[in-house]
Amino acid sequence: MANLYAARRRKNSITMVLSLAATAFGLGWLVLILGVLLYEGFSGLSLAVFTEMTPPPGSTGGLLNAIMGSLVLTGLAVLIGTPIGILAGTYMAEYGRHDRLTSVVRFINDILLSAPSIVIGLFIYEVMVYPMGHFSGWAGSVALAVIVIPVVVRTTEDMLTLVPDSLREAAASIGLPRSLMITRIAYRAAKAGMVTGVLLAVARISGETAPLLFTALNNQFWSSNMNAPVASLPVVIFQFALSPYKDWQSLAWTGALIITLAVLALSITARALTTSRKQS
Amino acid sequence: MNVARMTTTPSVSTPAVMHAPVDTAGLDERITIRSLNFYYGDNKALKDISLPLYAGKVTAFIGPSGCGKSTLLRVLNRMYDLYPNQRAEGEVTLDGEDILSPKQDLNMLRARIGMVFQKPTPFPMSIYENIAFGIRLYEKLPKSELDDRVEVALKRAALWEEVKNKLGANGLSLSGGQQQRLCIARTVAVRPEVILFDEPCSALDPISTAKIEELMDELKSEYTLVIVTHNMQQAARVSDFTAFMYLGELIEFGTTSRMFTAPHDRRTQDYITGRFG
Repeated sequence: MANLYAARRRKNSITMVLSLAATAFGLGWLVLILGVLLYEGFSGLSLAVFTEMTPPPGSTGGLLNAIMGSLVLTGLAVLIGTPIGILAGTYMAEYGRHDRLTSVVRFINDILLSAPSIVIGLFIYEVMVYPMGHFSGWAGSVALAVIVIPVVVRTTEDMLTLVPDSLREAAASIGLPRSLMITRIAYRAAKAGMVTGVLLAVARISGETAPLLFTALNNQFWSSNMNAPVASLPVVIFQFALSPYKDWQSLAWTGALIITLAVLALSITARALTTSRKQS
Repeated sequence: MNVARMTTTPSVSTPAVMHAPVDTAGLDERITIRSLNFYYGDNKALKDISLPLYAGKVTAFIGPSGCGKSTLLRVLNRMYDLYPNQRAEGEVTLDGEDILSPKQDLNMLRARIGMVFQKPTPFPMSIYENIAFGIRLYEKLPKSELDDRVEVALKRAALWEEVKNKLGANGLSLSGGQQQRLCIARTVAVRPEVILFDEPCSALDPISTAKIEELMDELKSEYTLVIVTHNMQQAARVSDFTAFMYLGELIEFGTTSRMFTAPHDRRTQDYITGRFG
């Protein structure tokens, strides 16, 4: 008996040590990455980063055009992708829950969800950039929207499926037509989760580089013309980090820090929304 | 109704007369169910049910779990229509109009036949909006009139005193019993003719249960009420007529006082005396 327990305790400690080692190994790299990012990024952070354009090598400048470009591309992508995603998710959860089409759409959507973003970039290059004859902000937004759609479809369907049928029945029991039941009751009950899905999609696309390289490309200058190449933070980071110039590399670090902090803020907001929903 | 006394009723001979003559003189048949069969896919859940539901009376559906009483209730407002593979055959008329007809407008039907569920289901909005929402579906009222209607509905459901100072609070912040009365108020506000109660008290404590039962007693003067319940004392307390169902069949229907004192069918007697179910 005593032997058996000693053996169990031994096994327990070994497993414990292995688990701790694995955790430390995984977290260690993360801490290292964040530490270097904070150190390198903060040292380059200044007001000029937010007020000046990307500089030619050897002169001072900032990231204003890249930050604005990223905001516009991301905003437009969300504007295009969210309605499509919500409508598709609504169909799957509310109208076609028992239909064959829904399982087919769900399967394809899951594939799209995990599709490499470079493939999406190439696809948009083929259907938009090549026929138009030039890179453009529109193409960049559409490429990002294609990434947004499956995320929003998935969360919308999941969140609407979580709305209890008893609530739908209650809505039906006072004679509410289905369309109103969805827009006035189900959406309201699933709101926090659906907003979280959109925020997660924004977090996902704000760091995407590959699809933008094939579509929006980059722009050294301020551009409000969506029909022309547009700068964006990830692409500028990609270009500057690979350059041999010290001041460009420093700006790349700062840009990376800005994206990381923005994504962190989005994740915290999303987390806060989901917890507040659980409590209510 | 004294339950202890019922257990001492002399044994009744079976087979019994299915529908013993009930003194229905002067009673108005609001809903008539004739030869109703109901299917979940290939599974026949209701077998040849025929039953009257009288205006201004409370009718209770009793029977062991799975006997089809909730299914029968959900045929009356065609709630089953929300789901695929569920279908009803036969005839159910509300004031002479066939509600099973494919031409029946379901939203209109459900406005006339309200329903209160087992679990309280307030909408995710304020107490006021929970009531006003349903009223606005059918009537365009000025704000002051809408306020009045909300107040009347909440008073009707004996909830007004408890919520009059927090009408803007979320409906979900109320206690379970209050939520259930909010749901009753919401149903009443739409001004239905019939209200269906699907085990309305099974999630509530005895005090809340007593309040709901009291409420049903008041409501029956204006509405036709139908209640599904697992609680036999509750059926005895609140209903005027009782239908006992077993395995998808209607075994016996009659006045509650007769059903609980002198049931004609052996199975009814066994059930109400607690021998099975």
